[in-house]
Amino acid sequence: MSQATAEMKSLYAFVERNFNLVKRYLGWEIVFMVYNIVNALTIGFIGVTQGKETVLYLVVGAMIWGFLSILFHEVSESVSWERWEGTIEYTFMAPVHRFTHLAGMCLYAIIYGIIRTIVLLGAVVIFFSLSLENANFLAALVILVVSSFSFIGLGLIAAVLPLMSPEKGSQATHIFQALLLLISGVYYETSILPSWIRPLSVVSPATYTLRSMRAALLEGRPLAEMLGTLLFLLATGFLLIPLGVFIFHQAEIYAKKSGKLKRSG
Amino acid sequence: MSPAIRCREITKFFWVKNSGNGIKKRLLPLSGKKKMLTAVNALDLEVPKGEIFGIVGPNGSGKSTLVRLISTLLLPDIGQIEVFGHDVVKQRLRVRRMINRVSVDAAFFKKLSCWENLSYAARLYGVPVREAREKAVEILERFGFHGDRINQPMENLSRGMQQMVAIARAYFTAPILLLLDEPTTGLDPKSKRQVQEFVLQVRENHDSTVLITTHDMDEADRICDRVAIIDRGRFVALDTPENLKSQVRGERKEVSLEDVFMELTGRDWENEE
Repeated sequence: MSQATAEMKSLYAFVERNFNLVKRYLGWEIVFMVYNIVNALTIGFIGVTQGKETVLYLVVGAMIWGFLSILFHEVSESVSWERWEGTIEYTFMAPVHRFTHLAGMCLYAIIYGIIRTIVLLGAVVIFFSLSLENANFLAALVILVVSSFSFIGLGLIAAVLPLMSPEKGSQATHIFQALLLLISGVYYETSILPSWIRPLSVVSPATYTLRSMRAALLEGRPLAEMLGTLLFLLATGFLLIPLGVFIFHQAEIYAKKSGKLKRSG
Repeated sequence: MSPAIRCREITKFFWVKNSGNGIKKRLLPLSGKKKMLTAVNALDLEVPKGEIFGIVGPNGSGKSTLVRLISTLLLPDIGQIEVFGHDVVKQRLRVRRMINRVSVDAAFFKKLSCWENLSYAARLYGVPVREAREKAVEILERFGFHGDRINQPMENLSRGMQQMVAIARAYFTAPILLLLDEPTTGLDPKSKRQVQEFVLQVRENHDSTVLITTHDMDEADRICDRVAIIDRGRFVALDTPENLKSQVRGERKEVSLEDVFMELTGRDWENEE
């Protein structure tokens, strides 16, 4: 078996394992899905008096934030999760490149995130009788996939926090995620943010994901018109993923030096 | 030919928080100073291929730290470890292909079934899934694991059964060095015996080298070719069980490894536990 085939099989091991976990925690999956749908509907109701376009604007925000949160959460929490299960040492001593391990986690997060986003979109469209006649679904899917890279990069960077501090690292990732929610224009235009925060929204990849996704779903804009934004998101991903892998590697060395890889930390 | 394990002057220390006293610690939880704890202290060790090598010692003596260093989960501060001639730091991926480890707490996804956990391991170690299933079923049946148990969630299995699955998982990846870190702790006498028999069979049939840490002196005496007694990160004795016992026998007829420990360290084994 060639090295590449072996690595692909290992990568699949992580995807399969995580979907098996979804199956075993099905009750919780249903709870989270129902909560996400109800949350999106609640947010959608805020715009009902202002017309369907505002409703769609808001639910697209809820939906994309849901997708990006899943990606970020699944990647950044992978270390905390394995520590909680007690499998972290087993996974880290398996004969698998760390890059393959992380790529497996990311691939699962993308597939899982897309499935949940599609279910959520379907639910809100039916509930509010929204028309998506003008929507460019292909463009929306491309934006979703392209945006994934930069959020995976951010997730990898955040994943080092639980690796370095078993007690407080997980909490810190939530603060990071909350900040992204504030600055990225999920439910409002970033132009209304106070001027001292606004520069942060410019560097958040979520800002561009949301803008281009709304352009694709609300206005049906073709991909060609969003090429600049897509290239920016792609470039951010290509910068953040290697940076994330590098930082993760450094954090792993630190954890192995300080003995923080084991279950209790 | 390179030995299965070679450790030279291996040292590992950790920085731990001073436990401190009450009020100051509660008011200023980040204020505590850290002190250095030497877990493994300048150990030299050579384990030839095919040997069952035991390390016995009380809690906190450095047994598990040494196993973690060999299994690439910790980085040594001083010294070098080689597994079949490969450096565990510089060639960690090659080393990981040769080893597997069973730890005291069976590391499984508790909600996943026994088989889902095993197939995950098979894919990670590049073992064809069908072959893995056949081997796993064979071993588990030997441990009295029958019927549909393999499809049950791990959390429904007893601690002893979980440990049997951990051993089956390590075995089907065909490691040439098997690291067993207190594999029988907490098992009932029957399960303990089964694990011990299995370790002997693995060595017999698969030409594997086994490093086992244990609290159980009788276990070490029964299955190990050589035993090292570790205390506060240092080996205080290393020899065959029989030679260790003869060192302290004197006038006595019956001597156990516990007596050896007490004689060499000047402390009571039970109190150390």
